[in-house]
Amino acid sequence: MNVLIILIPVSLVLAGLGLVAFLWTLKSKQYDDLDGDAWRILGEDDAINDQQDPK
Amino acid sequence: MSISACPACSAAPLAIEIAAKSAVAGDIILSLPSIHCAGCIGTVERALMAVNGVTEARVNLSRKRVTIAATGIAPEQFIETLEAVGYEAHILDAPMMASVDTDSEGRKLLLRIAVAGFAMMNVMLFSVAVWSGAAEATQKMFHWLSALIAVPALAFSAQVFFRHAWQSLRVGSLNMDVPISLAIILAAGLSVYETSVGGESVYFDAALSLTFFLLVGRYLDHRTRIAARSAAQELSALASPNAVLLVDGAQRTVPVTTLNVGDLIRVHVGMRVPVDGAVTHGGSDMDRSFLTGESLPVHVSLGDQIAAGEVNLTGPLTLRVTAVGEDTTLARMAALVETAEGARNKYTALADRAAQIYAPAVHLLAFVTFIGWFVLSRDAALALNIAISVLIITCPCALGLAVPAVMTTATGRLFRRGLLVKNGTALERLSQIDTVVFDKTGTLTEGHARIDTAAMDQTTLALLAALARASNHPVSKAIAAALPTLNSANITDVTEHAGQGIAANWQGQSVRLGSGKWLGCSQSPALKIGDAPAIPLHFSETLRIGAIEAIAALKSAGIPVHIFSGDTTEAVDTLAAKLDVTSAHAQMLPADKMARIKQLSDDGAKVLMIGDGLNDTGALAQAYASISPASALDASRAASDIVLLSRSLAEIPDAIRTAKSARLRVLENFGIAAAYNLVAVPVAILGFASPLSAAIAMSASSITVLVNALRVK
Repeated sequence: MNVLIILIPVSLVLAGLGLVAFLWTLKSKQYDDLDGDAWRILGEDDAINDQQDPK
Repeated sequence: MSISACPACSAAPLAIEIAAKSAVAGDIILSLPSIHCAGCIGTVERALMAVNGVTEARVNLSRKRVTIAATGIAPEQFIETLEAVGYEAHILDAPMMASVDTDSEGRKLLLRIAVAGFAMMNVMLFSVAVWSGAAEATQKMFHWLSALIAVPALAFSAQVFFRHAWQSLRVGSLNMDVPISLAIILAAGLSVYETSVGGESVYFDAALSLTFFLLVGRYLDHRTRIAARSAAQELSALASPNAVLLVDGAQRTVPVTTLNVGDLIRVHVGMRVPVDGAVTHGGSDMDRSFLTGESLPVHVSLGDQIAAGEVNLTGPLTLRVTAVGEDTTLARMAALVETAEGARNKYTALADRAAQIYAPAVHLLAFVTFIGWFVLSRDAALALNIAISVLIITCPCALGLAVPAVMTTATGRLFRRGLLVKNGTALERLSQIDTVVFDKTGTLTEGHARIDTAAMDQTTLALLAALARASNHPVSKAIAAALPTLNSANITDVTEHAGQGIAANWQGQSVRLGSGKWLGCSQSPALKIGDAPAIPLHFSETLRIGAIEAIAALKSAGIPVHIFSGDTTEAVDTLAAKLDVTSAHAQMLPADKMARIKQLSDDGAKVLMIGDGLNDTGALAQAYASISPASALDASRAASDIVLLSRSLAEIPDAIRTAKSARLRVLENFGIAAAYNLVAVPVAILGFASPLSAAIAMSASSITVLVNALRVK
């Protein structure tokens, strides 16, 4: 049962990482337009977004 | 840009960055009901970015809207730009639209859901170990670990319920949050106690999954509620704050509140009349669409009564004030609308009615269980333990999801068909309606009257176009707008006769366009060429797309249809005949419409009102449920439950069907929740409930309810 001493913190840390990742996606508004983002990856030209790029 | 194997990957971070910047105050948000694919996104964004001054345009396909960051450009210009590339666009109330974008409450709820979900999954992992036989020291350690995760997670996530429950208890009432909070607190408290004494019935996982599912329900519920604004306030906002007072011939701008009955005021062209009054000097054309629904302006001259809120279109007027403040027509209408809105807000949602029965029943059941076990066993700890397990088992997990899950599915489905549901209880009310009332102008028809040119020859048309274009009168403008492609005839010596019409010379003959009285014709307006009898000009209105289909579908579903219009009897009858509607009422004032709907309601009918004008605002607020097109005025949209974003009316019968289906699903969900309780409660009361059975009952009932919600058609 000594293995639990490693496994339990590991599981907690991994799940905690998942929580942090979710909070980040939430904060960066990635759930605001699920339909639109699904279509956007199919767009051939990213010219619309490129305008925002400094280079 | 960095080189990346997949263009989407390199674009995605940028997209996120742009999205995160969206919806800053001052941005323009337009509703785009017809967008549906990647091509649409590209076309719309490119078209808008091409406009000078636009720094950013971002389409949100899920919400069918675009957020534009631009300085010094009117939203109307973007609507034109978008129409040029083939997309219909509307301005919707910015606060209403923004409420979802800058929705901090929704975000907080999501955060709580995330924490509850995280804790739930971890605690369940430990619970599985315990259920599958971990004993002694291992079991104790797992229980302590669960407590370590669950207690802080619950303290954070379940706050929403605690706060609402406390608010409700403070005023001495019971809502759904009271049994929820009680179950969560007792489950956590009992579990901590059991853990500390090394007992077995530890309910951390149940408490967390309860919190998680209920928060999901709460979040869905939150999303279907859009910050509603009062139509009465919108109406009051139409009143102008200042008036031009005439004192001994001198003009002075004074606040409206200082005016008295009998004062003389001046109303310049383009001004909204601040108070009710009678014309003492001058003549003009007034836009009184908010009172009558009539799209064409009305001529006023000496002695005529003018109501507050009308807009002076063509000439300066002097008025003697006849009513101020609360007594003006506008203020009286706002008061009527406010009363009607108040009555509607009293509607109790199905979920609340269920809670009113449920909450006391659950508490009573738990209390009786405690007494029963205490009497039988004389063991207070055991009795308390079982009573708490009853509270946990009966906790309205499925009940909390029953309504929001269905409503989210239904509003999503309606949104895809172009109907924006604004009010949380709108669908429930819509499902019960048994009578439909339509407004005419702007609802059944496209709103702008078009001149009927079928009976005229080329020369007449050319003359009409020439005369109409020579005048600035609103009626002439409407005529000219209807004849855009025609070459005008060559006319000379154009003279305008105020209040009568316009005259000119054409090939030696006198040609006149103006009021019927002036030209010796029974109808207004008319056209007179030389000495020939005047030709009356008929205005015909284009039917809105889907009007015929919508009415036919409603009638075949056995729902009676009425038309209430402020327009002339002739215009209404023509339209009613075209649409095969037998009950059509013309020349109704706003108060008449309200009174008729009230009468219908008093006779037991549940009326759905569909209208767009300011004159419909009262009727929209009075009706059991109401719909207005996106082209409607702010006050009317505020008064209605559902905004029709697409141009077609054909979706309305479908919307009613969806609402009925949604109501059925809600009732089924209540049934499912009750059935689970019927099985689980006796088990709990008899003292056989274990943490495992509580977890299974809770998850299974919640999932069944969610799946059932997806069946909404």
